[in-house]
Amino acid sequence: MKFVVPVAIFVALALIPLLAAVGVHVPGIVTLIASRVMIFALAAMSLDLIMGIGGLPSFGHAAPVAIGAYAVAVCDAAGVQAAAAVIPAALAAAGLFALATGAVALRTRGVNFIMITLAFAQMVYFATGSLADYGGDDGYTLSARTTVFGLDLLDAKRIYLTTLVVLIAVYVLLRVIAASRFGRALAAIRQNRGRVQALGIDAFAIELAALVIAAMIAALAGVLMANQAEFVSPAYAAWGRSGELMVMVILGGLGTLHGAVIGAAIVVLAEEGLGAVTQHWPLVLGPFLVLAVLFFRHGIVGGARR
Amino acid sequence: MTLLIVQALNGAQLGMLLFLIAAGLTLVFGVMNFVNLAHGVQYMIGAYLGVSFALLTGSFWAGLVLASLTAGAFGLLLEWLIFRHLYKRGELDQVLATFGVILSLNEGTRLIWGSNPLELPMPDLLSGSFQLVEGLRYPVYRVAVMAAGLLVALALALVVNRTRIGMLIRAGASNGPMVSALGVDIMRLFRVVFGVGAMMAGFAGVLAAPLVSVEPGMGENLLILAFVVIVIGGVGSIRGAFVAAVIVGLVDTLGRSLITDAAQAALSGPASARVGPAVASMLIYLVMAAVLAVKPAGLFAART
Amino acid sequence: MKQLLGATALSLTLAAGAQAQGLKIGVIATLSGPQATLGEQIRDGFQAGIDSLGGKLGGAAVDLTVIDDELKPDVAVTKIRGYLESGKVDYVIGPVFSVVMAAIFKPVTGAGAFLISPNAGLSTFAGKACSKDLFVTSYQNDQPHSVSGQFATDQGYKRAFIIAPNYQAGRDALTGFKSRYKGEVVSEDYVPLAQMDLQSEIAKIAAAKPDVVFVFLPGGLGINFVKQYRAAGLTTIPVLSTFTVDESTLPAEGDAAIGFYSGTNWAPNMDNAANKKFVAAFEAKYKYVPGTYAAQAYDTALLVDGAVRAAGGTDHDKLRAAMEKAPFQSVRGGFRFGVNHYPVQDFYLAQVAKRPDGKLQTEIQKKVLTADVDTYAAECKM
Repeated sequence: MKFVVPVAIFVALALIPLLAAVGVHVPGIVTLIASRVMIFALAAMSLDLIMGIGGLPSFGHAAPVAIGAYAVAVCDAAGVQAAAAVIPAALAAAGLFALATGAVALRTRGVNFIMITLAFAQMVYFATGSLADYGGDDGYTLSARTTVFGLDLLDAKRIYLTTLVVLIAVYVLLRVIAASRFGRALAAIRQNRGRVQALGIDAFAIELAALVIAAMIAALAGVLMANQAEFVSPAYAAWGRSGELMVMVILGGLGTLHGAVIGAAIVVLAEEGLGAVTQHWPLVLGPFLVLAVLFFRHGIVGGARR
Repeated sequence: MTLLIVQALNGAQLGMLLFLIAAGLTLVFGVMNFVNLAHGVQYMIGAYLGVSFALLTGSFWAGLVLASLTAGAFGLLLEWLIFRHLYKRGELDQVLATFGVILSLNEGTRLIWGSNPLELPMPDLLSGSFQLVEGLRYPVYRVAVMAAGLLVALALALVVNRTRIGMLIRAGASNGPMVSALGVDIMRLFRVVFGVGAMMAGFAGVLAAPLVSVEPGMGENLLILAFVVIVIGGVGSIRGAFVAAVIVGLVDTLGRSLITDAAQAALSGPASARVGPAVASMLIYLVMAAVLAVKPAGLFAART
Repeated sequence: MKQLLGATALSLTLAAGAQAQGLKIGVIATLSGPQATLGEQIRDGFQAGIDSLGGKLGGAAVDLTVIDDELKPDVAVTKIRGYLESGKVDYVIGPVFSVVMAAIFKPVTGAGAFLISPNAGLSTFAGKACSKDLFVTSYQNDQPHSVSGQFATDQGYKRAFIIAPNYQAGRDALTGFKSRYKGEVVSEDYVPLAQMDLQSEIAKIAAAKPDVVFVFLPGGLGINFVKQYRAAGLTTIPVLSTFTVDESTLPAEGDAAIGFYSGTNWAPNMDNAANKKFVAAFEAKYKYVPGTYAAQAYDTALLVDGAVRAAGGTDHDKLRAAMEKAPFQSVRGGFRFGVNHYPVQDFYLAQVAKRPDGKLQTEIQKKVLTADVDTYAAECKM
């Protein structure tokens, strides 16, 4: 019963290439927007690990996404497209970033945590904008997409399936993490930090580890995002993006993981799907968010479950 | 040297504007534990209403008064319509709902007033400038903005520190449930705070309108700065908001010219033209991160 | 989720089903956010061009789609790819900003459509990376700035104070100014794009007492600068500018802007029949004074019209050959394409003035550069 909704989501996402495979005409825009949904969902799910399960509301989660994307750009400029080099570089850079900033940020709680994570993300935003070799604020157009062991798994045709596989794998990974000793300790810290520490568990170390894991998954989303758009720019780290990721997670339902996928779908569809129909899309999404908060007390997934 | 004085004046003036916005935000936050992202929208609405009322009445002053009052009333309307349902919810729910309000109101503003930036001319009375030294003049209007900010700060300090309602606000900010348990109608108290906060943000919007371009989304950059201010100052503290607003104003303005010059001196060639401005933009965030790293609750935290 | 996707797919197929035979053209511009006003000029200017030709281009019906790039490069790429996959697209017109152009260039030209930029004129695509399928009807980004540099040199101004926002286009602008300015640059200032207050730069200007000020401060920055410059009581030092005082910002700047100079390739009062017709029709329909963005978008519509006529259809190679000859009467007077498909045109110094009806506009003062070819064209091997 517990897995009905997530399985339904992944089956629905798998239907698009399946339908295309049996000859049904799927408009290109549907595939494009669905792959954007999945990439944002990946980043939002990783945010859900720290924000929903761990109770650490980061307003700077676009930063590790941008770091992952810039890893692709930096490798591309050096003529390296192999995923075997690009992905470890992206994960390492984002992980180190989270380790350093997290150690400072974890001194604060609540809204101060929100603001200090924003501060670090803004630093990434301004720093990427000053990278003259990678286009500065104008951004950097990739010369070629990343290849996986020589295979073009990320080209325009295959990126959808690759992203879907990554999304499902990460979902399963996060579920395993959440159910593990580590995950349960993380959730317990959210509920009562003092009591957990009284049990002799190092709450700081667990939270920091969660921040690092989340940042690495976000960086993976950044690698996919860079390849999907064949373009990287400081806009990936803008505070509006961090805000969007928060919106996706809260809207979908904190701590549910698959709620983040639904949240991502709604936001991306509003912005890029509805946005194709009317430029006044914020007038639809805005009131929707307000109503969603007022009527679904625990996000869309949480509300539906009760 | 004169340049430094002018920059310091500018910094102080930006600080006053930030204080007008941050004061309401920090109280709403302190008393009700309510995270209101839509507070920046009040500033934008103040500016737009100021333009429209000034055009309608033909007077900047009438526009200033009418727009501030209307912005306050509009804030109360939003409070009654949406926000009061959110007080018992988690702060993340509040973030989401008020984010929705921002989206709606920014786009609504665009629908009503169009996306072209608008103009609010300075009042004739204040459109002159002082001679600082030869060839360098300082606009009267900016001094007036500074004075207005200081006056509001003083009045607020008096109310908060010397009156009964001020005592309740302070008590509410440090321990809301206790005040409520003592039989004070905290909702009514809060509504007063909220209305005044919205009005001050609207007032700041009208004051800023002759200096900056009035356009949809103008509130968000200031909102982020205002949040930086209240976090540095310590949530719920008016004194903290004032000190932090001046710090942020000065650091942002002075830092920008000093850092750029320092970078030009330290590095040569094109690198300095890039590193300087990038570091200057980061400066207030560096200050915030540093303050929070040392004092995680901010400089003057009201809550214990 | 599936239903939502299905619904989008359905609405999109419905939209696609309604298309008629003829030219399929997408206009991509920034239509939301603070910068929307420039995108609206592009959209309105292009539509005004179509209207002036009786609703058709080259005698063919136009299937026009307007796309909002939201000034987010990755969003722009997704939307334009989706549009390109909805059927054979002949032309993509846009965008406003260089950052979006860098992102959409590959997808558009890769899909076999022409990209015509009515505003952004990146140096990248003017030189080594020039493309057969890219045409620019505005200018190469450096050119309008170099106009001010040339004018400052011509006037014998010895000391210049120059300011731009801290991003690529800002740095390019100051490079453009310096490329033709022979005097001394006393200070080169970069301000953050989101900066509201320019008082500290103005104080620096007053302290430095230069002979001339050059600024490239687009949008809200320019509005703030103009208001604050006048409020600071600086009246004697002339201000040369680009995209700082133009028809998109003048309504907000008000009388404070009168007297500011602007380097440009066009102004609403330009004296030729095509321009008079354009400005009159545009103001009648859209109720605002058009700026260069609208004028260049209007010219773009005329270019497409002329090309389809000359090519006798929508054959890609024939269209290209036709377009290279620039078969239309520009509102700017003389207009031709260089080897890199960027315009070769005259540049002027314009000044802000009040019209008899009380509205503000820029007015041509002096021709500064004649048939100017951008400096990158020589590197273009097509």
